[in-house]
Amino acid sequence: MTATAEPEVGKARLRKEDARLITGQTKWTDNIQLTGMLHMAVLRSPVAHARIRHIDCSRATAMPGVALVLTGEDFAAEQGSLPCAWPITEDMKSPPAPALAVDQVNFAGEAVALVIADNAYRAADALAAIDVDYDELPVVLDMEEALKDQDLVHPDLGTNKCATWVFDSAEAGSGTDVEEAIASAEVVIERTFRQQRLIPSFMEPRSVVVDPSADMFTMWSATQIPHILRWMLSAVTGIAEHKIRVIAPDVGGGFGGKLQVTPEEVLCLLAARRMGRPVKWTESRTESMLSAHHGRDQIQKITLSARRDGTVTGLKVELLADMGAYLRLVTPGIPILGAFMFNAIYKFPAYRFECTNVFTNKTPTDAYRGAGRPEATFAIERMMDELAVELGMDPMKIREMNWIKHDEFPFTTVAGMTYDSGNYEAATARAMELFGYDDLREEQKRRRESGDPVQLGIGISTYTEMCGLAPSRVLGALRYAAGGWETASIRMLPTGKVEVITGTSPHGQGHETVWSQIVADRLGVPFEDVEVLHGDTASSHKGMDSYGSRSLTVGGTALVHAADKVLAKARKLAAHMMECDEADVEFAAGSFSVRGTSTARTLGDVVLAAHVAHDLPEGMEPGMDADATFDPDNFSFPHGTHLCATEVDTETGMVKIRSYVAVDDVGTVVNPLIVDGQVHGGLAQGIAQALYEEAIHDEMGTLTTATFADYLVPSAADLPAFMTARTATPATSNPLGVKGVGEAGTIASTPAVVNSVLDAVRHLGVRDIEMPLSPERVWTALQGGSADASTPAAGGLGSIDAQGGQS
Amino acid sequence: MIPAEFRYLCPSTVDEAVRMLAEEGEDAKVIAGGQSLVPVLRMRLAAPTALIDIGGLTELTGVRDDGDSLLIGAMTTHYEVQRDHLIHDHALLLKLVTDTVADPQVRHRGTFGGSLCHADPAGDLLAPALALDAVMIIAGPGGRREVPASEFFVGYFETALAPDEILIDVRVPKYTGWGAHYEKLNRVAQAWSIVAVAAAVQVRDGTIAAARVGLTNVGAGPVRAVDVESALVGQPATAEAISEAALRASTGDGYKDNLARVLTGRALTAAVAG
Repeated sequence: MTATAEPEVGKARLRKEDARLITGQTKWTDNIQLTGMLHMAVLRSPVAHARIRHIDCSRATAMPGVALVLTGEDFAAEQGSLPCAWPITEDMKSPPAPALAVDQVNFAGEAVALVIADNAYRAADALAAIDVDYDELPVVLDMEEALKDQDLVHPDLGTNKCATWVFDSAEAGSGTDVEEAIASAEVVIERTFRQQRLIPSFMEPRSVVVDPSADMFTMWSATQIPHILRWMLSAVTGIAEHKIRVIAPDVGGGFGGKLQVTPEEVLCLLAARRMGRPVKWTESRTESMLSAHHGRDQIQKITLSARRDGTVTGLKVELLADMGAYLRLVTPGIPILGAFMFNAIYKFPAYRFECTNVFTNKTPTDAYRGAGRPEATFAIERMMDELAVELGMDPMKIREMNWIKHDEFPFTTVAGMTYDSGNYEAATARAMELFGYDDLREEQKRRRESGDPVQLGIGISTYTEMCGLAPSRVLGALRYAAGGWETASIRMLPTGKVEVITGTSPHGQGHETVWSQIVADRLGVPFEDVEVLHGDTASSHKGMDSYGSRSLTVGGTALVHAADKVLAKARKLAAHMMECDEADVEFAAGSFSVRGTSTARTLGDVVLAAHVAHDLPEGMEPGMDADATFDPDNFSFPHGTHLCATEVDTETGMVKIRSYVAVDDVGTVVNPLIVDGQVHGGLAQGIAQALYEEAIHDEMGTLTTATFADYLVPSAADLPAFMTARTATPATSNPLGVKGVGEAGTIASTPAVVNSVLDAVRHLGVRDIEMPLSPERVWTALQGGSADASTPAAGGLGSIDAQGGQS
Repeated sequence: MIPAEFRYLCPSTVDEAVRMLAEEGEDAKVIAGGQSLVPVLRMRLAAPTALIDIGGLTELTGVRDDGDSLLIGAMTTHYEVQRDHLIHDHALLLKLVTDTVADPQVRHRGTFGGSLCHADPAGDLLAPALALDAVMIIAGPGGRREVPASEFFVGYFETALAPDEILIDVRVPKYTGWGAHYEKLNRVAQAWSIVAVAAAVQVRDGTIAAARVGLTNVGAGPVRAVDVESALVGQPATAEAISEAALRASTGDGYKDNLARVLTGRALTAAVAG
C-alpha cells in the first residue's frame, strides 16, 4: 500500500541523523557529565595466564583523588558470572567468567583491579600504583596443541575442549551420507584454511556511565543491545530488572563488537551502587583492542567431492574454533551460524559439519560482522576455485553448473534451510557485464605470456548469507536463550506528527531515516513528520536490538504491522466521522474518503478526533497508537556476485586491487544511498581480512597488534573505487520484500580477493597463501617458501609494546 | 588521552628553551609537532617531568636561501615543506618524500626537525637527510654546533643530540636540477614503510654525474647506499646501468634485502626519468 504520491521507499534520502553525528551535536556516552560523577579506570593483566598471588592496593588507595580501589576478591560476592546465552550442546563446558579476575587471569588484558577517582586522570595515575603478584602458568595459544590437554586454560574443566557441534545431512534427513559421497567420488579435494583473528575496530571506543540516583540504576552504554543488556545485568547482579534502565545513546559503530555484556558494564554498575554516585568508564583504543572481544579465528579443514564433469557430490567441514579464554554472550554459537552456510548456493547432495570449540589464553571471541558466515563463505568459494583448477574448468562455469537455478526457488538446502527467493544467474550476468570479464582474461593471458612482473588475477565470489535473525523457534532448537522477534510502536500525536518507537538499536545504520521512509509511505505523512525513538529501555520497553542484518527485515516488518494497525483503527473512526460504511472508505495520500464522493478526512483529522475522544464509535478506545511484534517464519537470504581483479607485483609481493564489482541482491531497497554505504563499508572490512588485518599474539600470549599503527585498518586511500549494482528479487518472508544488507559486503569480498591473488600467481607454482596476504607472504610464496611466514607490521609504533596502555 | 602528569613550559626564544631544558634536567622533553611524542605519552611509554613546547618559536619555521644551501627551520611543518618553492627547486627529493608522510592531518602538525630528532628507523625523512648530506644545526648551553647527518643518526630512535640541546635548523646543500624519487612500500597508506628508497640523480649529457641513495627501515637507522652511488657515477643513464647498480643496495637474500634492491632500481629509474 503506497499512500504518498512519490513513494518514499526506494528514494535515496540523505540520512536524518548525519548532521548531528558528523558535527558532534549529539550525546555520545563519553560526553555525558553528571553532578558528582566519579571515574573508573581498569588495571589489566599484562600476562596471559597466571594465578594472582596477591594484590596490594595500599599505595593506590592513598593517592590524591582516589575514592576506591577494588579487586576481584572485593567484588566476588556480587559480580556473578558474565552471561553466555548460547550453550550449543548439553555438555558444553563453560567456565565461570568474573568481570574482575578473582584468583586467576586467563588472557592478557583481563581486568584485575579497578580504581574509582574524582577524575579520569587521577584514576589512570593510580593504576600504576597497584602491585599485583602473579604466579605465571603455562600459556595455551595454539588450538591443535590445546586439544592435547597438556596444559589447561581452566584446570577445573579438565579439558580445553569446550564443545563439539555436529550437523549431518544423513542424520537430519536433509541429504545423504557424506562419507559415502567421498568414498565413491571421482574427485576429492581436501584443503585447510586459516581464518585469522580479527579485531572489530569500531570507531567509538566503549564507554559506560551509571547513575544510581532516584532509586533506579540508569546506565548509558555504547552498546548495540540495550534491551538484552538490561535483562542480562539483572541476571548477573541480581538487581531487579525494573530497577535498571539502559540507554544506548548515539553509538559510533559496533560491527558485532558491541553485541556484548561487558565486564566493564557490570563493574561500572557495581561501583556506582557501592559509591552511591555516578561512575563513568571510557576505554582507550589499546584497551579496546586488548579486551573487547575479537572475531573469526578458525582452522577449517574442508573436503569436497565431485564428479569429473564438475558436479559437486559432497562437502565435509571440520572446524576448530578459538573461543579465547571465556564464553561471552554468544561466543560458542558464532561458528555454528556458519553450519548453514558452507553449502552456500550449491546443490550438494551430502553434507557434514563438525565444529570443535577450543579454549585458549586469548581475548574471548564473539560476533564480528558476518559472524560465522564470512568464514563459511570464504571456505566454499575458495573450494569452488580449487575444484575448477583441479578439473581445468572456468571457475564461473563450475559455479553455474552447481548453483540453484532461479526457477528452483523456494529451495530446501542440504543444511535444512529453505531459501525463499533468489536469482544467481541475473546477478552474475550483471556483474560479468560491468566487470568486463573477457577483456580481463585476455589481459591476464598477455601478462602471463610476456612474463610481466605485474601479474593479473580474477577472483569470483558468488555468495549467499542468512539474515533477519531470527525465527524464535529456530533459535530455540539451536539452544539459544532468547527469541528473535522484534517490536515497533507508533504513537500518533494530536498534531498529526508521528513518533515511532523501535526495538532495534541503530549504531550507525540510519534506522531513523529508513523507518521514517517506511512510515511516511504507509501512513501518507511527510518524511519530516516522523521521529524515531530508540535505544532507551524506558521508552522502548522491549526489543531484541541490532545485529545479524536483522533490523529492517524483522524490525521493519514489525513497523509495517504497527502502521497497518493504526490505519485499520483510523479507517473505522473515519467511517464513523463520515457517516458511511467502513467498506466504502478509501485511503490514499494520507486521506480517507468515501468511495465515489468528495467527502474526506485527513489522517490528521482522524487522529485528533481519536485523541480528543469526543465522539468515538461504541467501544473504541481513545487514541490512535499501535504496537506490533513480529516473529519471522524464516531467515532472509541476500545473495550476489562479486568479481575482483588484482595486480600482484611479483617482485615485491604487493597486491593492488585493480577493479571490484559487487552486484548484490538484497531484495527490495528502501534507501539506495544507505545500501550503497553498507556495501562500501562491508567491502572495506572484507578486503581488510584478505589483505591487511590480523590480531597477532607473541609466544607469551601478548597481543602485539594493540594499536592502529600495528593493526592495519585500510582507509579510502587503500581501496579502489567500488562498482556496485543490484538486482532485486524480493524476499517472500516479509511484506517489504527486504533481505538485509549489513554484512553482505564483508561476507562476499574476502574470498573474491584471495581467489583473485591466487589466480594471478598460481601459474608460478603458488597453491595457497594465508590471510592476510601481506606483501612478504605473497613474495615468500612466490619464492616457493612457506605461505604462512609471519609478517609483523613495519617499524614505528609497531616495535613498541603497547601492553596495558591508558590513554 | 591520559598521559602521566607533566609540567608544560612555553619558551619564547631558542635561548630560553635551551635554558629551560637545562633547568628541568634530563627527564624533560622538547615537544615540536607532537605527532610522535604524543602517542608515546598517551600510552605512557614515556613520562617526562616537563614538556618544553617550542611550537611558539616562529624563528624556527620556514626555508631560507643561504647561497649554496638551504636552511630549513626545524619547526617547518611537512605541509610547508611540501609547498615551499626553494625546496621544490633545490631539494626536490625532500618534497617527494614529504608527500608520502602519513596523512594530511599529520603533515599539518608534524615538523621536519621533529621527525629527524625522533629518529624512527622507519621514518621517511632520515634517509633523504642522510643521502643529501644534510647538516644539523644545534643549539645548546655552550652555543651552536653543526653535526652532519652521517654523525647525527647514531642508532635506533637515537641521535647525537644531547639532552640539553635543541635542533634549530637543517642545512641542505642545493641539488638544483637533479632528478629525484622516493619509492616506498607500505601496506596501507598510513603505515610505516616496510622498506623505502630515496634517490637523487644528476644526469649530464646522458651520463650519471652524481647520485645519492638512502634506504629507509633496513637497519637501526637510515642507511646510505654508497656502493650503489659509486657504481652509478660515470655510467650512462640506462636501464642496464641502473639494474646493475641497484643490485648493490643489499647482498642478503631476505625479503627486505630483495625490497632494497627492487625499490632502489625503481627509485633510480624514476629519478633519472624525472
